[in-house]
Amino acid sequence: MNIDKNARYAASHEYALKAGDVFVVGISDHAQSALGDIVFVELPAVGKTFKQGEAFGVIESVKAASDVYLPMAGTITEVNGNLEADPALVNREPHGGGWLIKFKAANPADFNALLDAAAYETEAAKE
Amino acid sequence: MNTTRLHDWHVAAGAKMAPFAGYDMPITYPLGAVEEHNLCRRSVGLFDIDHMGQVEVQGPGADEFVSRLASAKILDMAANDARYSLLLNERGTVIDDLFIYRLKSSWWIVVNASNRLEDLAWFNKHKPAGVSLVDHSDSTYMIAVQGPRAIELLDLCAKDKISAYPRFTSGRTSILGVDCLVGRTGYTGEDGVELFFSAEAAVALWTGLLAAGRKHGIETAAIGLAARDSLRFEAGMPLHGHEISQAIYPLESNFKWACDFDKEFIGKAALEKLQAEGLKRKLVTLDVTGGIPREGFEVQSADGKTIGTVVAGMFCPSVKKMAANALIDPAYAKLGTALKVVIRGAGKDAVVVKRPLYLPTYRR
Repeated sequence: MNIDKNARYAASHEYALKAGDVFVVGISDHAQSALGDIVFVELPAVGKTFKQGEAFGVIESVKAASDVYLPMAGTITEVNGNLEADPALVNREPHGGGWLIKFKAANPADFNALLDAAAYETEAAKE
Repeated sequence: MNTTRLHDWHVAAGAKMAPFAGYDMPITYPLGAVEEHNLCRRSVGLFDIDHMGQVEVQGPGADEFVSRLASAKILDMAANDARYSLLLNERGTVIDDLFIYRLKSSWWIVVNASNRLEDLAWFNKHKPAGVSLVDHSDSTYMIAVQGPRAIELLDLCAKDKISAYPRFTSGRTSILGVDCLVGRTGYTGEDGVELFFSAEAAVALWTGLLAAGRKHGIETAAIGLAARDSLRFEAGMPLHGHEISQAIYPLESNFKWACDFDKEFIGKAALEKLQAEGLKRKLVTLDVTGGIPREGFEVQSADGKTIGTVVAGMFCPSVKKMAANALIDPAYAKLGTALKVVIRGAGKDAVVVKRPLYLPTYRR
């Protein structure tokens, strides 16, 4: 499993990565591997606000549709437009080009309460 | 849970396994469902389909018996011919779909794993004295070898030239030293064969074909059930429980061609009655935008009226579409009709498109 040590994680397998004054959100390598081939990604409109843990989008794999949850409360500032034509980018580069959205956090300090890479790895290994 | 003799091989290859028709089967290998699909369309895919059942029927009266149970015309078949048929109940709905092989002195009938026991009960219920019916499912192994280079690979491995077998015929030959009944048939829309042979030889033939592919530079890989489903779906082939079932008339899902109304068969009277009354539903393929249309999702007219249900839907790798097969009100079945499929509470655009999405190579 590849893991980004700079990111922090939700137990529901999304990561948040600090990028200036916003956070980048995607799903972990563990999650994309468990889902299998991703064939469709539904993302929210820019400007939409979500509570912590609220579903902001849907990832559809060959076998099922899965909600993705915002790890911290915030407002969407950008969505990854490349995923419309190439949703499998999430499989190939979950921590890179396969990011899902960027958001401005309501409370940036929420980041510190998320799982660090080591703690997430331990959690994911239990599955 | 049943396992096939290749179960350990699948697990060692890193397959994700899941129950299917009572068997623990490989759903995807590490290649992934989409790449497995694409590989089968460009070279050769191997499918472990040992869960399929095989029944042999013979004896005086066997021809009439099989003809009465099968919806398709079969008495014109020559020895070694193979033909698709439905098995209908008296109500005219589909107990199962079959591949029927006419061998020299018997009928070899291939049935779906999930319906095998019901099929056998149905056969036995209608079987006249003197006809013998033997279930060979446990002793017979079944592998499908499919793809544009499948016949090339098999010609390199078989004692006889498989390329000399016309589509929908069969023959008996030795492949890598294993005695096989070879049907030039399949469930992918590609050329290829389905092999029947003694179950003891399963691992040897499977690994032998993979090794032969490597040796001859013919890309050959194991394909899981997820890609098997998308391959058959694109090619317009039905899966029992979805496009055909005991709740669906074959005329609704465009299988009139598999029903021979010039002969007697169980279910014929019900279908004739239905034909006179007119169909209430019709199977269409929908090209959908904005999500994967999955089984059970509602289909609506452009103005929001409920007109039907999705029976199967998925992402189709070769045509790069999200598509559904849906049973809908025939008034909306015309090609090009704009409809909606309700995905997560929202009506997503769908349009009725020509079937099949991927024309089988042997029909071009």
